[in-house]
Amino acid sequence: MTTVTKEAGAPVPADAGAFLSVRDLHVSFKTEDGVVKAVDGLSFDLERGRTLGIVGESGSGKSVTNLTILGLHNPQFTTVEGEILLEGQELTTARESQLERLRGNKVAMIFQDPLTALSPYYTVGRQIAEPFMKHTGASKKAAWARAVEMLGKVGIPNPKERASDYPHQFSGGMRQRAMIAMALVCDPDLLIADEPTTALDVTVQAQILDLLKDLQQEFGSAIIFITHDLGVIADMADDIMVMYAGGAVERGTTAEVLRSPQHPYTWGLLNSMPRLDSDLSAPLAPIPGTPPSLLNPPSGCRFHPRCTFQDRVDGNRCVTERPLLAPDRASACHLTAEQKHTIFVEEIRPRLG
Amino acid sequence: MTEDLVLPAPRDTDVPAGEPLLEVSGLTKHFPVKGGFPIRRTIGAVQAVDGIDLTVHVGESFGLVGESGCGKSTTGRLITRLLEPTAGKISYRGQDITHAGRKDLAPIRSEIQMIFQDPYSSLNPRQTVGKIISGPMEINGINPEGGREKRVRELLEIVGLNPEHYNRFPHEFSGGQRQRIGVARALALEPKLIVADEPVSALDVSIQAQVVNLLQEVQRELGIAFLFIAHDLAVVRHFSHRVAVMYLGKIIEVGDRASIYARPRHPYTHALLSAVPEVNLSEAEDAGPRERIRLAGDVPSPIAPPSGCRFRTRCWKAQDKCATEEPPLVQLSGNHEGHLTACHFPEEPSTEAREEDIVLDPALAALEEDVVDEG
Amino acid sequence: MLRFLVRRSLGALVILILLSIVAFLLFFGMPRDPALLMCGKGCTPANIANIHHVLGLDKSIPEQYWIFLHNLVLGSNDFAQGPCPAPCFGYSYHTNEQVWATLMDRLPTTLSLTLGGAVCFLILGLGTGLIAAWKRGTLVDKTFTAGAMVISSMQIYFLGPLALAILVYQTHIFDKPAYNPISNDPVGWFTGLIVPWVVLSTIFASQYTRMSRSSMIEQLQEEHVRTARAKGMSSRYVFFRYAWRGSLIPIITIFGIDLGSLLGGAIITEYTFGLPGLGRLAVDAVSFSDLPLLLGVMLFSATMILLCNIVVDAAYAFIDPRVRLA
Repeated sequence: MTTVTKEAGAPVPADAGAFLSVRDLHVSFKTEDGVVKAVDGLSFDLERGRTLGIVGESGSGKSVTNLTILGLHNPQFTTVEGEILLEGQELTTARESQLERLRGNKVAMIFQDPLTALSPYYTVGRQIAEPFMKHTGASKKAAWARAVEMLGKVGIPNPKERASDYPHQFSGGMRQRAMIAMALVCDPDLLIADEPTTALDVTVQAQILDLLKDLQQEFGSAIIFITHDLGVIADMADDIMVMYAGGAVERGTTAEVLRSPQHPYTWGLLNSMPRLDSDLSAPLAPIPGTPPSLLNPPSGCRFHPRCTFQDRVDGNRCVTERPLLAPDRASACHLTAEQKHTIFVEEIRPRLG
Repeated sequence: MTEDLVLPAPRDTDVPAGEPLLEVSGLTKHFPVKGGFPIRRTIGAVQAVDGIDLTVHVGESFGLVGESGCGKSTTGRLITRLLEPTAGKISYRGQDITHAGRKDLAPIRSEIQMIFQDPYSSLNPRQTVGKIISGPMEINGINPEGGREKRVRELLEIVGLNPEHYNRFPHEFSGGQRQRIGVARALALEPKLIVADEPVSALDVSIQAQVVNLLQEVQRELGIAFLFIAHDLAVVRHFSHRVAVMYLGKIIEVGDRASIYARPRHPYTHALLSAVPEVNLSEAEDAGPRERIRLAGDVPSPIAPPSGCRFRTRCWKAQDKCATEEPPLVQLSGNHEGHLTACHFPEEPSTEAREEDIVLDPALAALEEDVVDEG
Repeated sequence: MLRFLVRRSLGALVILILLSIVAFLLFFGMPRDPALLMCGKGCTPANIANIHHVLGLDKSIPEQYWIFLHNLVLGSNDFAQGPCPAPCFGYSYHTNEQVWATLMDRLPTTLSLTLGGAVCFLILGLGTGLIAAWKRGTLVDKTFTAGAMVISSMQIYFLGPLALAILVYQTHIFDKPAYNPISNDPVGWFTGLIVPWVVLSTIFASQYTRMSRSSMIEQLQEEHVRTARAKGMSSRYVFFRYAWRGSLIPIITIFGIDLGSLLGGAIITEYTFGLPGLGRLAVDAVSFSDLPLLLGVMLFSATMILLCNIVVDAAYAFIDPRVRLA
């Protein structure tokens, strides 16, 4: 494998803590109808080499968060507050030129639909070689060779010839492989994958997910994996963060969140999802209602209008007070730890079959 | 063979043994491919659907699964006669409707309704909800007791919408609510069969469950038969009594739900099921690990499908015979009644983990080899 | 590519033939007899019959059409005025000159006016559009957008005389518009056309400013443009290499139509500046019921438009590899 030479980054302060640290992030957009609070007070950490799965439905703020990390939002209509620290470097206030040096180099992204995410106008090889030339200063020839090597690595047959093809000459699965090759070409420390398999067929999805896992072993990148599919996240992630209406509602290791979930929204997701081994005699137990408008989000706990457990919380706290999410294993809910445990074991668990 | 040891799979108790409602045989749709020089002409065909047989019984829910390009949506459109079949026969309650004209079709059109995938583009944005739902009644000249408006309000209530929303426009509703409007429209004519083409795949998980439940209630309480077309195997399992698996325009395996999901025989069905990412909820792995099959590449082009068995180019069991002889869709020994498989070399009827994973993808195989070597 | 050209040329030929038939039928449907115009004072029925005979108008319409086609392809020596080599549209009723020669005589004027103007308005329009898109939402963008809006609502018969009055007659900055062949007098060619170019390109450029800006803004929101940014390419690189290319497709479509119709004769512009181009020829042909000239100008203009269309389609394939020419 060609070794990737990088400029030596700034020395990491000893107390830098996590590799990526997001602190109290707020992102809002100006729209014609008002201000959309897409992300509202989000904090999380990511260690090197680990995979964080972010799960949530559309409008939960999961994609916006990750575009903000790389500064890919439109600055004209977007307000970003809070901190995003990558190895101690503050990204929200970083200059565009500093971000450009990070993008595709230290932090790379994979998008949902590889057909629209790859440019139709340039060959696959060129699109992979471009960031390599930019970030390593490699010659055109060396970068092309690197592109061919990466295509081979992600399983494109005849990579030498296929590098000169255009994206539309690739099948859906191959395009996403090319996208992965493009993201990994500079050996990034962090890979952000935004619903990378949602547009793919299930057998192709299985190939791509396994490929990502195997490549992660080889490249050692940390991954933020964004998806709406709990099955995919169970397969991919070390840790899970569940997002709802712009904030995190639960986090923990994959085993913790899936086997002893603590937040009513997570329970709702698990109950809503048909599985290959679920009990067929009972109907699915969906979450009532619809996700809230982020123009005018509910007071207190964002989930309270759809929550069937709020009557078990004393007083009116769900409506008046926003529950906080503690670090590490936690859920943002006013139910007591004991209540959460009992409800899950006695009411939720049996329904999951 | 393990077949003798396997207990008969539990039959679903709620399978209605109704009469055949819809019978399809040899259904084929080829879309012409234009080309040639200097005069453009038909030079080939996309074999979207190529000779499929299926039967949907009264009150039954029949699932059609497969990956994109397998022809499942085309099948739905052929059955609702939105597309004209190239060959084959479609009969509804014994009446041949394959090429029935507008007049002959009129009484049947009201009995077969369709629900579409995209709740955003399948409703006319310039019509009120009331107008959308009463539209089919108007066209068919149906005047229910108490008037159309009363009926529409009833329907809105059935699908879980507020009857007061009669005069609202589609854009005032969320995706899930729009899909409910689509269901209400389909129910307006009291159909006997609903063809639902990916009705929940555009919806978020929590909303998807609401719509699946609604469809299930409709199906059970009104006794409507469903042809449920979807790519999500778990949703299809949840909804369907019987399931057919399609690949490149052919049905490769069909059977009752338990047979397809627990005792599949066709290698492609095995690969599909094994590819579904699953949440393992229990710490004690009582279900036992599932087999792992990773195919190579994508589905071949339906313009020039492989000879013989269409799956053979991606199959780990393929032999010479598969290229020359198309496997018939038959009941294999040890299978339940009605569980048909089109394969020369079928797999064992189990989805449990094998001694060795089947990894056909060369990149995966190479990467995993490295790991094994290093370890 | 060859297949594409052959197929499209054949198609164009069919269109031209149909067009000539329609023109023929329309001409003979007109309630005007060209012989009356030629006959002048003291016209007798015998004179008219004679003229009809000389012009061939006494033959049946299909026969006349056949002769027209025959002359067009093979030329003819039957004309009283002299030999007429292919492509022969015959001799003008009005001037008695060979139509093809007249066309070729007028073509350089129109060509110079149009191509020069097109180069100016493309550069001006695309340039301002790109700057507006790059500086989206700023004062520069708003100024350009508003300016383009105002100018595009003006017409050439307003802006043309205005420019003449100010730039030529009042301040004498530029020469009076005139056509001097480039081969004789390159400087005179340039100075003579500069005012028409300025006016033509101002009016057209304003449309291209708006189109280029909106097309660019649309492209900048494409996902593949975001991907290019996500891999660390600089804003300028992304703007020009990724977004610009896609933004050209709608612009080329309109440009093909504009150029084609201008090449067929920029009637108002030519009249405004007194330039003897194809557009003026077309007007003359109609007013004198000059069938050979009319057919000549019309088919020539149509050929230009069809040619531009073929070039535009070929340009699509050049810009976008997904477009296959067949």
